[in-house]
Amino acid sequence: MNPSASDAPLHTADQDSVQQMTARFHLDFPGFALRAELHTPAAGVIAVVGPSGCGKTTLLRCMAGLERGGQGFFQMGDTVWRDDMHGIFQPLHQRGIGYVFQEPHLFLHMSVRANLRYGLKRTPPSQRRVPWDQVVAMLGIGELLERRPHGLSGGEAQRVAIARALLAAPRLLLMDEPLAALDIGRKQGIVPFILRLSRELGIPMVYVSHAVDEVLQVADTLVIMDKGAVVAAGVFGDVCSRPELAGYMGEEIGGVLEGRVQRHDVEYDLTLVRVDEQRLFVPRQAAAVGERLRIHIHSRDITLATAPPDGNTSALNVLRARVEGIYESGHPHAVLVKLDAGGPLLAKITRKSLDTLGLQPGQQIYAYIKTVMLGQGFSANNR
Amino acid sequence: MSELDLTPVWISLRLAGVTTIILLVLATPLAWWLAHTRSRLRPLVESTVALPLVLPPTVLGFYFLLALGPHGWIGGPWQSVTGSVLSFTFTGLVIASLFYSLPFVVQPLQNTFESMDGRHLEAAWCLRATPFDAFVTIAVPMAARSYVTAAVLGFAHTLGEFGVVLMVGGSIPGKTKVLSIAIYERVENLDYTTAHYLSGGLLVFSFAVLLLVYTLNRRGETPGLRP
Repeated sequence: MNPSASDAPLHTADQDSVQQMTARFHLDFPGFALRAELHTPAAGVIAVVGPSGCGKTTLLRCMAGLERGGQGFFQMGDTVWRDDMHGIFQPLHQRGIGYVFQEPHLFLHMSVRANLRYGLKRTPPSQRRVPWDQVVAMLGIGELLERRPHGLSGGEAQRVAIARALLAAPRLLLMDEPLAALDIGRKQGIVPFILRLSRELGIPMVYVSHAVDEVLQVADTLVIMDKGAVVAAGVFGDVCSRPELAGYMGEEIGGVLEGRVQRHDVEYDLTLVRVDEQRLFVPRQAAAVGERLRIHIHSRDITLATAPPDGNTSALNVLRARVEGIYESGHPHAVLVKLDAGGPLLAKITRKSLDTLGLQPGQQIYAYIKTVMLGQGFSANNR
Repeated sequence: MSELDLTPVWISLRLAGVTTIILLVLATPLAWWLAHTRSRLRPLVESTVALPLVLPPTVLGFYFLLALGPHGWIGGPWQSVTGSVLSFTFTGLVIASLFYSLPFVVQPLQNTFESMDGRHLEAAWCLRATPFDAFVTIAVPMAARSYVTAAVLGFAHTLGEFGVVLMVGGSIPGKTKVLSIAIYERVENLDYTTAHYLSGGLLVFSFAVLLLVYTLNRRGETPGLRP
């Protein structure tokens, strides 16, 4: 098959023109040392995930220029924000880096509107490329503009903080667990927004989270941090299906397939998604035909078979896949099988099943998908 | 009883007003520096600022009398630049008062700046505000209540000044004779009636201002604005 340009995965689109980001920070605190080195395309959403205390926030603060100590180098595209070897340290206010903190930190002596205008006013008119109406509408804060910050709920305040950072038209947006303080329902409303925002406004984003779950629908690049160091960084689907990183994923993540909506099935309330040459039914989505969708499959929800379905199965989704490798899972009775099914997938099966099926690397098999997830809270039984 | 002369009242109010305004401007960067510096000079500067709290005003007044004179280290240069003398003038009184009331303005501001949540400033810097810009637009408004406290204390303390103005001012009617001196002179002349009017007026005025400030401060309490 000859995939058209629109079928290309997100992360490889315009790869030639995508600017690169290089960050290197060595910083010592009592009891903690940051030794972060990162080289990644500066496009879309770069998710930084790791256990609490691993240095995610410190890394963001170094990027913003809020931490000046230690040794550092930080470059995006042609812009060098910090290079200690050459004595370069560009002051924060000249960097054009937006920052959304865990807490909103709204200016309490100003109205919501004045908060939003704070960064906007200080942005040179030629750089004001973020439309006010669009941001206010997308974040649903039109009703709040004349209010004072201390009357807002946590979710409202955080949405105002995100809008405030965006309206200053940053070249790079840093988000430090901006949804930590929000309830699940509100998170679902904001996550798709963050995705759209990154795409529509073309602002690369570094998004820190303690859980892969939260960034599932939004991340293009996944960075895993532990004990002050970057453990892995790369295309989201690749990193989260690497068996040796399964421990950081909470063993939950089996893989992520990217596809496009092919059609909606009104009768059965399903949406058909095309992934590479294969097709997957998912619970009906609001997404338009042709729109990109990321499907997340838990490793324990994949059943492997050496024979194709003969029609006597309730499984809607069966993917042709190739066995890439077999790895220890950390449990004596189970193994991880790495598959290529139009995207990397990690299946968790018992050692007994492995021997019964006689799986070998390179073998063509069938993966029965029990349940697909569409990001946080969008799971549905799909048998 | 002699004719009630209100000129000293006016001079006192003017002296306190001018001193307070200048002090608020001078004390802001000083308080910010004291709140955040790690310099070894800090205790030295803090002690100097606090001196008027412990020294008898007559001691301060005595040194200012020398310093403001035509050959003093303030009065000398002043005379060569402006051509006028400083001793026994309103300007001289203002200069002495600035130092005399300095701790009352610096300390409330310094306390607030020390306890202020710096993350609001970080947020402002990340919204393209220069450090000075962020200070003026975020830190100063966040310290609004302390500014009111500092202004009231500075004003009231200058208004009640006696020892220093006695030494430095020379009690020139219409120029440097402030309210507290006028009261003292009325009492010395056994003119108790005028002394009553002036003292009572000052008492009521001071109490009213303090009452207003404390009432407003309590009402204006908003979560997060407190240092």
